[in-house]
Amino acid sequence: MRRGWFLPITATLGFAFLYAPIISLVVFSFNESKLVTVWGGFSTKWYGELLADPQMLGAAWLSLQIAFFSASIALVLGTLAAVALVRFRRFKGRTVLAGTVSAPLVMPDVITGLALLLLFVAMEGTLGWPAGRGLVTIIIAHSTFCMAYVCVVVQSRLADFDLSLEEAAMDLGATPVRVFFDITLPIIAPALVSGWLLAFTLSLDDLVIASFVSGPGSSTLPMVIFSKVRLGVSPDVNALATIIIGIVALGVFAATLLQLRAHPKKARA
Amino acid sequence: MSSFDTDSPPPPHRRPWTLFERGLKAIGLSGRALVIAAPAIWLTVFFLVPLLVVFGISLSVKQFGRPPYTPLLTTDEGTVQLTLHLSNYLRLFTDNLYVAAYLSSIKIAFISTVIALLIGYPMAYAIARAPDRWRNILLMLVILPFWTSFLLRVYALTGFMRGNGVINNFLGLFGIPPVVMMQTDFAVYVGIVYTYLPFMILPLYTNLVKLDGALLEASADLGARPVRTFLSITLPLSMPGIIAGSMLVFIPAIGEFVIPSLLGGPSTLMIGRVLWDEFFANTNWPRAAAVAIAMLVVVVIPIMLLQKAQDAVQDNERNT
Repeated sequence: MRRGWFLPITATLGFAFLYAPIISLVVFSFNESKLVTVWGGFSTKWYGELLADPQMLGAAWLSLQIAFFSASIALVLGTLAAVALVRFRRFKGRTVLAGTVSAPLVMPDVITGLALLLLFVAMEGTLGWPAGRGLVTIIIAHSTFCMAYVCVVVQSRLADFDLSLEEAAMDLGATPVRVFFDITLPIIAPALVSGWLLAFTLSLDDLVIASFVSGPGSSTLPMVIFSKVRLGVSPDVNALATIIIGIVALGVFAATLLQLRAHPKKARA
Repeated sequence: MSSFDTDSPPPPHRRPWTLFERGLKAIGLSGRALVIAAPAIWLTVFFLVPLLVVFGISLSVKQFGRPPYTPLLTTDEGTVQLTLHLSNYLRLFTDNLYVAAYLSSIKIAFISTVIALLIGYPMAYAIARAPDRWRNILLMLVILPFWTSFLLRVYALTGFMRGNGVINNFLGLFGIPPVVMMQTDFAVYVGIVYTYLPFMILPLYTNLVKLDGALLEASADLGARPVRTFLSITLPLSMPGIIAGSMLVFIPAIGEFVIPSLLGGPSTLMIGRVLWDEFFANTNWPRAAAVAIAMLVVVVIPIMLLQKAQDAVQDNERNT
């Protein structure tokens, strides 16, 4: 450590900045008082209130369904795109595919949302499909931007993958499809799991795109949270946030532990 | 990986994909074409075509009815007529609201990016230089907020910065009067830096962790002071990381909607918010489309810079 105190102190302050608001959010979810920032004693009543709120529960169920289907579609399409980009070095339109698959990563949400909505309206006018907007249109929209994330995750795994394994299988007479299912798929499986999980959480979290492409009666969880939060602070949102943060923290901890156990050397290197 | 079994493999026709392959061959498609076609068709229909539709509708004008914009193509007694309106674009340049919103978005995104870089660089450097057993834990601590809800993290900030929020309660302990932070541009800067900091740290970390320690030692041995070593070796070598991280913060910040509407005040002008209001409040779809096209023009150069920086990082990886 050359610059003795400077790095540790800035890193500590940086992490404090990242975590202090989250910690206070969690602490005040157990607050008796409705005033979110004045401590009125320990209580779990906001959790009870949250679980008794049919609007919240309905929105949460809708969001979970959307996230499940979007992540699954994005997994298939993103993996195919990654295989095409990494394995097929040359084909017509490779640069176009590479550009369009990663563009949704950085495209501002308001543009993606507006563009898809206008497409759906134009399609409904000319083709008669999709009739109205809701679950299906949100799933299509989420699959599109989630596949970009899946593709990036799978691409990096495919790139540092020992090609000789595939070649050996081919030499032994396996067809390309069989090589994919028998050799490639098991090796990239960890990337597929993390890609799916990433897509799932991103879909669960999206407010802007869903607001554009949803219809009446299909309010997702972020849309309900946003309309509540806009009116001010509400302790049941704190409770919901605490539950979500708890699940995510557990998942990330478990994944890290598994990774450390599976590749103790790689993790240390 | 898998060992060779002494048992003979099951006969090929039992494998489900053999049938699949035969089916493909029967309709004259190679698996390879299908692998490329599926994502390519999806992206064409749901990403490229929508952008063209936005461009088309930006050339129409608002009308009352369904859909709430005038058609570009009309048939009048057998002749097809194409009507294009440039009024939306003219309006963008002449109405001060739009010009001000664009400039203010760029300013807010730029300042936030610089602050995020100033905080993120030392953090990334500290993680890259941390002892091995710490590094993974620190990295996980950076990634963890990224997996938790963006919306809820912005909400967490409102509880922190409100008039009777955590910071002001803390200041109150020392008799300092409450500071107004919410509904100011300051709150928007804090919000963008807070939510996008992991995007800054991760590419910088990937870049800095590969930095060759021997170069730094050589520089020190030749008598350069730490600051000099940093400026003439570390900083130039980490340029791709700096560019990638900065663009990953700057581009989404330009079009940000949630942060200015939850943390900013009525005077916080951002183009994402203008587009949202144009669409939802004024239901002027063609105007919103024109705003989107103009926003695309603003982010195209940063996106190309990002692509270049990422290519540079990848080339670097291939060469090492």
